[in-house]
Amino acid sequence: MLNYVLSRLLTFIPTFLGVTLISFSFIRALPGDPIVVMAGERGLSDERYAELSKQYGFDQPIYVQFWDYFTGVLQGDLGTSFVTKRPVFDEFFALFPATLELSICAMIFAVVLGLPAGVIAAVNRGKFFDRALMSTALVGYSMPIFWWALLLIIVFSGNLGWTPVSGRISLMYYFPDATGFMLIDSLMSGQQGAFSSALLHLLLPAIVLGTIPLAVIARQTRSAMLEVLGEDYIRTARAKGMSPARINGIHALRNAMIPVITVIGLSVGTLLAGAILTETIFSWPGIGKWMVDSIFRRDYPVVQGGLLLIAVMVMVVNLTVDMLYGIINPKIRKR
Amino acid sequence: MDDALSAEAKMVNERPGRLREFWFYFRENRGAVVGLCIFAVFTFLAFFGPWIAPHSATEQFRDYTLIPPAWQDGGNWDFILGTDPLGRDMLSRLIVGARFSFFVGIVVVTVAATGGILIGLIAGFAPKWLDTIIMRIMDIILAFPSLLLALVLVAVLGPSLTNAMIAIAIVLQPHYVRLTRASVLSEKQKDYVTSARVAGAGYFRLMFVTVLPNCLAPIIVQAALSFSTAILDAAALGFLGMGAQPPTPEWGTMLAEAREFILRAWWVVTFPGLAILVTVLAINLMGDGLRDALDPKLKRS
Repeated sequence: MLNYVLSRLLTFIPTFLGVTLISFSFIRALPGDPIVVMAGERGLSDERYAELSKQYGFDQPIYVQFWDYFTGVLQGDLGTSFVTKRPVFDEFFALFPATLELSICAMIFAVVLGLPAGVIAAVNRGKFFDRALMSTALVGYSMPIFWWALLLIIVFSGNLGWTPVSGRISLMYYFPDATGFMLIDSLMSGQQGAFSSALLHLLLPAIVLGTIPLAVIARQTRSAMLEVLGEDYIRTARAKGMSPARINGIHALRNAMIPVITVIGLSVGTLLAGAILTETIFSWPGIGKWMVDSIFRRDYPVVQGGLLLIAVMVMVVNLTVDMLYGIINPKIRKR
Repeated sequence: MDDALSAEAKMVNERPGRLREFWFYFRENRGAVVGLCIFAVFTFLAFFGPWIAPHSATEQFRDYTLIPPAWQDGGNWDFILGTDPLGRDMLSRLIVGARFSFFVGIVVVTVAATGGILIGLIAGFAPKWLDTIIMRIMDIILAFPSLLLALVLVAVLGPSLTNAMIAIAIVLQPHYVRLTRASVLSEKQKDYVTSARVAGAGYFRLMFVTVLPNCLAPIIVQAALSFSTAILDAAALGFLGMGAQPPTPEWGTMLAEAREFILRAWWVVTFPGLAILVTVLAINLMGDGLRDALDPKLKRS
């Protein structure tokens, strides 16, 4: 087991180096001189240009720049944003709770609906419920979520007027960030209506972001359940006269959960990609919107640092899932 | 009568052709056949769209801006699905737009699959060190969320439909590499490959003639799935302003243009998205059918 963990950890190092190299070189490849972009329309004198170039290290050879960047990264220094002049690292972690809160709620939505849907479909295999649920899941799986978001806005915000269109909470409320999670903070602030305002703001974005994971989880649960339901121990349980609810809900589902948990863990990348679209549409102040805005503003250090941090986050989660999977399922360790 | 009988007997005796066998299993999946029909219509529109569309996709009827669909109050049967803020006919734009999505799908799948299969074959046959390097590079690409990587790539290359296609192809390609390599590694163990090697087949022949045809089934399924992913991602990039540029009637770009009118004119938002959804759904249905028909292990599960 220790060998397995160590070998998995070792593969992390070259991948991390590669990810750093890629996010570093993208920025060097972007059109437009970053210093000219930073100066804006006023332009700047040659001396000032040389001075800034020196300050940011652009006058050094490219491999020296990379080494400086890499050693900086290892010490948690990802550079400073051109626009806000704040460290990229701080900006990222100031916005991260918003994305995390949204992703967690989206995942809860997906699991709470997806698991039962998959189980019901598997138990009623080939019957009406199965077909209806799986067709719906396929529609969800094929959904252009940016359009889905707009449709929900038209219906729930436009026609019914139930939910707000953008942001995390109504401007009427103000309280200090304690945890960064708006739901918890608004509850702790004790202001009347703050929590429900936060919840209503969260509702549509979470549904939109959770739609594709929901479809994937429902499909995955169904096929995992079908596989398990064919096993001998299920037949034994049935022969012993156990109630179908107990067999399906406890005996089968527990074993069917293993592949499902893997899917849940591995959909972190999907969630972050979905967050780009969802956050942009709902003006949700998280990592996804921050990245898109920075790309349009040509805020190079932010794009570079954000790309790196997101990739590392996906890698760490995938690695953790892999190792947990290795612990649950000894068969996988042998390779 | 005799002829018919002997023909029938012949049919029974001969093993049905590969295509016929495939069609036999594919036909059983009703959803897949529906998907295939929709895809056929989509392909037809992609090729002949401009000749079928009632109006030009870019002509602006200045007296008819934001006309609702024909069946609503104020609708006009000249513009069945209504007009957009510039007075362009929605239906015509949607029909002409089919070719962009189709083109994106074809190009992305061709580029990603060709590159991915080649690299995957090399990785499967290469010495361990080269294999490790290739797979680590693929891991690196896969560590970035696909849409984010595509977005940054397009920012580097400059926003256009061509660059969006290149970016999506690069992002999708590692899946083909992994898939090809995995099947090559399992096929390589089998006796028929050993015997081909003993008979003196060179690496080139082993790779492309002996092993590759036996690895194709999962790759074909993956191709169908990434066709739909490509269309979705290209539309998403267009929506973010990083794909096809206005006034191109690409469906994602149309959605982006329509965004500010969502509460005033539901049709400018609803129809382009519906077009994307129906197309992607049809392709995914086909993909499921392909998987069932090509992969006997998963059959009827």
